[in-house]
Amino acid sequence: MTTGAFDVEALRDGFPALRQQVRGRPLAYLDSAATALKPTAVIDALTGYYTRDSANVHRGVHLLSQRASLAYEDAREKVRAFLNASEAREIVFLRGVTEAMNLLAQTLGRARLGPGDEVLVTELEHHSNLVPWQMAAAAAGARVVGAPVEDDGAMTAARVIERIGSRTRIVAVAHASNVLGTVLPVAEIAAAAHARGAIVVVDGAQGAPHLPVDVRALGADFYAFSGHKLFGPTGIGALYGRADLLGALPPWQGGGGMIETVEIESSTYRGLPERFEAGTPHIAGAVGLGAAIDWLCGLDRAAAAAHEDALLARATAGLSRIPGVRLLGTAPSKVSVLSFVLDGVHPHDLGTLLDGEGIAIRAGHHCAQPLMRRYGVTATARASFALYNTTAEVDALVGAVGRARELFG
Amino acid sequence: MDPRELYQELILDHGRRPRNFRVPEGPTCRAEGKNPLCGDHVAVSAVVVGDRVEDVGFQGSGCAICMAAASTMTEAVRGHTREEIAAMFARFHGVVTGAASGDAEDLGKLAAFSGLSEFPMRVKCATLAWHTLEAALQGRGEPVSSE
Repeated sequence: MTTGAFDVEALRDGFPALRQQVRGRPLAYLDSAATALKPTAVIDALTGYYTRDSANVHRGVHLLSQRASLAYEDAREKVRAFLNASEAREIVFLRGVTEAMNLLAQTLGRARLGPGDEVLVTELEHHSNLVPWQMAAAAAGARVVGAPVEDDGAMTAARVIERIGSRTRIVAVAHASNVLGTVLPVAEIAAAAHARGAIVVVDGAQGAPHLPVDVRALGADFYAFSGHKLFGPTGIGALYGRADLLGALPPWQGGGGMIETVEIESSTYRGLPERFEAGTPHIAGAVGLGAAIDWLCGLDRAAAAAHEDALLARATAGLSRIPGVRLLGTAPSKVSVLSFVLDGVHPHDLGTLLDGEGIAIRAGHHCAQPLMRRYGVTATARASFALYNTTAEVDALVGAVGRARELFG
Repeated sequence: MDPRELYQELILDHGRRPRNFRVPEGPTCRAEGKNPLCGDHVAVSAVVVGDRVEDVGFQGSGCAICMAAASTMTEAVRGHTREEIAAMFARFHGVVTGAASGDAEDLGKLAAFSGLSEFPMRVKCATLAWHTLEAALQGRGEPVSSE
């Protein structure tokens, strides 16, 4: 099927994982918000690193190490360009958003939070942008405050901004919700936060795969994303930090690669970004992430976004027609994530039934328990669409949900 | 196996209308079971006289497998001794995990869960209530999990 200039079938050919049957049916992979499938370009980059270079970075004078180091730093430059950061040294390779938020909570949090201070988050945050701040706040005698989400899943700038107070030191928000799909008005929030002297941290786990990211236009002081949700390898992600702010943070993990001089009693540390990359990094992962970015940026991203929007609209309309379906998150501005509950059918039972038809969705609390509580549910079913999904897969989802409802009566 | 075969009428019925969904009168022991990753939660209370479970009930919320397993468990164990119940759980566990061979006819209604051996991710749903009952009978205070 082709949507305008966007040829989905041609694109799908580049995803080996899509060429498989699940329980006798063609796989309909609707769980890309959990992790995206990988294009051949990424798999080849990983294999290529391990086959040809396979050496450590910044450690050896030999040719293999030189090639590995160049590839690693080349990947950093790709991430810089992808986020429109000013300088490559503003990019730190980490395991993903979770590690990035822990780094920030334990460095920025330690530096900025004192008794009575506040970290402002929102009710829709993933646990990874919540629990690290709770830990930092507890250590500092500070507290975490949550801005409420609207009934339809919208998160307005006004709702966040009205909670920025004189004690707000850090504002940490998602770019897009992993449960509701809601896109947050980050630029507006950031402008208001800056006007009151707060630092802005953005969880880009769901934003980066779907939305154009310009950290400077967004006003993000820090922006983190995970490679595996961006068609890249697992175990690699990146944290952008504005050079003056990132450079002022104390080191986090100590070890090789992040030091200048080491004595028995003390050490001095390198500058950005090596200061935050102790130990041998996930070199293959970084190279694979660079390949994912190249692959993604080689597509017509506007056409891809339009395709995803069309899938979301079709699924929203289709599921809405099934009696007993309640959609969670129908905000005007969304990425292609669709949570729902079906009256009388627990999401886990629904997930198992859909799996029987080769349809992979996610069921559970999606690491967003405060949001589940907000909507009075313990779990939801979630279908999430990537640019390789098709309208036929959306129709299969809608049909299977209808059949599950009939089975459970 | 098509999961539609897993969700046979007995499981759907007990999932929809769980039996013994109550705290029995004069409970002598109680325990809670929680699977935090999936959110299933049951509390099992029992009246034990001597070595025998005279009455048992449960409350909680979860998926159809979890609710139906708790419901059928309360029916199955009532009137049995601790030892008999431990043997029943061992047999049930063997059947749902696929560790036990042969048919499960001796398990009665509990045999309805034998299809779970093909859905290893869901075994924990069926065993939560059993682990919780075991904890209650052993007088363990802290909540248990089957994850």
